[in-house]
Amino acid sequence: MKSRRKAAWLAVAGVAAASVALSGCSGSSGGKDANGKVEIVVASLQPGASAEALAAFQKQVKTFEKKNPDIDVKGEEYNWTGTTFAAELAGGTLPDEFGVPFTDSQTLAKNGQLADLTKYINKLPYAKKFNPNVISVAKDDKGHIYGIPFTPYAMAISYNRADFTKAGLDPNKPPTTWDEVETDAKAISKALPGVAGYMQMTSGNTGGWELTSATYSRGGRMESTASNGKVTVNTDNDQTKAALAYLHTLRWDDNAAGSNFLLDWDGINQAFGSGKVAMYMSGSDVITALVQNDKVDPKNYGVTVIPVDSTNSEAGVLSGGTVAVVNVKDTPEQQAAAVKWIDFYYGQPQVEQAPAVTQAKALQANNQIVGAPTLPIFDKATYDEQQSWIKPYATPGLLDNVAPFTSQILNENIVPEPNKHTQDLYGALDSVVQAVLTQKNPDVDALLKAVDVKIQALIDADPDQAAIK
Amino acid sequence: MTTSSERIGARAAKPGTPRGRVRRTPATWVKRGGLANLIFLLPLLLIFGMFSWWPIIDSFVISLQHTNFVVTTWADPFWSNFTFVLNDPTFWIAVRNTGYFALLALIFGYPLPIVLAVLMSEVKRAKAVFSVLAYLPVVIPPVVAVLLWKTAFYDAGRTGVFNTILGWFHIPPQPWIQDTVTAMPSLVLEATWAAAGGTIIIYLAALTNVAPELYDAAEVDGAGIWKKIWHVTLPQLRGILLITFILQIIGTAQVFNEPYLFTKGGPVQSTTTILLLIYQYAFQSSDGGSNLGAATALSLMLAAFLAILSALYFRATKGWSQN
Repeated sequence: MKSRRKAAWLAVAGVAAASVALSGCSGSSGGKDANGKVEIVVASLQPGASAEALAAFQKQVKTFEKKNPDIDVKGEEYNWTGTTFAAELAGGTLPDEFGVPFTDSQTLAKNGQLADLTKYINKLPYAKKFNPNVISVAKDDKGHIYGIPFTPYAMAISYNRADFTKAGLDPNKPPTTWDEVETDAKAISKALPGVAGYMQMTSGNTGGWELTSATYSRGGRMESTASNGKVTVNTDNDQTKAALAYLHTLRWDDNAAGSNFLLDWDGINQAFGSGKVAMYMSGSDVITALVQNDKVDPKNYGVTVIPVDSTNSEAGVLSGGTVAVVNVKDTPEQQAAAVKWIDFYYGQPQVEQAPAVTQAKALQANNQIVGAPTLPIFDKATYDEQQSWIKPYATPGLLDNVAPFTSQILNENIVPEPNKHTQDLYGALDSVVQAVLTQKNPDVDALLKAVDVKIQALIDADPDQAAIK
Repeated sequence: MTTSSERIGARAAKPGTPRGRVRRTPATWVKRGGLANLIFLLPLLLIFGMFSWWPIIDSFVISLQHTNFVVTTWADPFWSNFTFVLNDPTFWIAVRNTGYFALLALIFGYPLPIVLAVLMSEVKRAKAVFSVLAYLPVVIPPVVAVLLWKTAFYDAGRTGVFNTILGWFHIPPQPWIQDTVTAMPSLVLEATWAAAGGTIIIYLAALTNVAPELYDAAEVDGAGIWKKIWHVTLPQLRGILLITFILQIIGTAQVFNEPYLFTKGGPVQSTTTILLLIYQYAFQSSDGGSNLGAATALSLMLAAFLAILSALYFRATKGWSQN
């Protein structure tokens, strides 16, 4: 009995000592490390990026730390997803600087989940130069700024140049109308059995995203705002039905959509990289991720503008992008340091030659993409100037391969994504896209009407919408 | 000889009295080693408390709130998360799909391990080899197994593994998970393959307890193999069959891995189950990514349903198990 009690007290003492020691390890020290430097953790690359991509990133971290000796930057692989964001924020495991999509930045700012960076950003030399349409996604309705948008993209059609050649098509002359897309897809599927001539994303909310893009390209809209601010959801419009009918024909009549209809962003990129899909709707700058994660050869990659209905003045190209934001739980020193990093990594390469060249050289040295097609954050003149600085370092052959996109995109009407309950809307539309691809006779009208009812109810329940009479 | 009243009086004796029971005080509790017991229990209490019991209590609380972990408000009226779930058409789809999965798993996945275990127990030699082969699918990590089936076996093109095998018998290629009608049965097939091994091992152990004299008696009465199984084996296994039955119901009601990894609930929500819907509420809605109130409300509703079901089941089958 006595020895057992002794053992118990020893155990208690041991556990107590261990927990005191461990508690010394964890816990924030106000963001300062042992040398008094401000320490920030920044989102580096998508998880699964290649070692070379990470090496390129590390080079840029070193350059920044040399310029800012009082800041210590740690890169962390990170991908913003709706699934993990709220929990990571509450648990304190978010990086200090990270990116969120355009569709979510305003909601997160309104929810108090992003740091207000107005006073830091207004000090930047290019603060007034932003394209108003682009910076608006990073502002709340009081005009406070929560981040800097970078890599705005437009929807495009990515295609496999080798597949075009094998099917007897000219890879330098990609399709320019939806009918031509269908014809080319049929030709490719016939010449290369087992390869989907054309496919779109269908799950994980990406189905609705791409259906919205297809609707925009035909001149339709998913949500409309009345003059009093009331938002109405109207997915059962003619253009959306036409887009769905198009997919249905491609799948059942042309047999050109392959055999896998449950594809999200990762899934379709992998399918494209492994040669199972020849053409697909993608963001214009997806080549960066394709090279980082899916081993795509830039010489074999082509991208062109999404076909737009030239007879319809409302027709346009859906655009989106990422906003570089800062963790709302950071100290003021960390926030200032994070904005310095955002300026260095995202801002300066757009407006000053030396940083643009340094960044391009680092990427080039590690076989990462230089020259992925994006949209101007500021204005066309600045964009053209920046493109001329990085041209000598552009990935070989890429600039020619993306010319069908870059030469045409600035003539197009750029349309931002719907901004009310966007992810819910996209998620609800996933099922409709899957229905036309997996069922011979889906009742599209009923499905779209059900989406309208569901999303309208969510929108109407929002306090700001409920207040409108 | 003490009378009973003397013995009662002895109970009230002061501590340290050699005869009769001593009065219990904190001091005597410590002396008898109560403190040591508590200290040994402490890790268990802490770990279960932190990771099991506290989250359950917290779920109750969150189901009455609207929260995204940064801003929290009480739901108004307090049952609004529950009515939100009940009014959501996807909820009823999920209930139907979960019931369909459970039913298919019961019809095809429940008898299969029994049949296989009985067959395996008849094998004279190399029984261990069959046991290992049966258990191998259980050992493969679930995510790996699902991805294997999804990319290789269930490839709906002509070159998919299963479609190639069907092609040898001149059966046309099947869409597997790409079609709303065949998606759920495909999930059940993989789930059965992955889980049958564990149950087979349990049944094999239970079968060793069946007295061989019963089989001899049945043989004498002129029973063939199927009659023996029906009249001897199954009744002897009754106790364990009842347990595995309710465990299967509870397990299939909570299926998540297969719908999430294979189809993410598609195509057209034909494989959206209750757990997947909870996941979607918690992590895939527009309010900064989370409608945790609805997620916890649905979790509680499922837990209550399964608890009531289990209670009724055990009440109903109280007289059925071993004699």
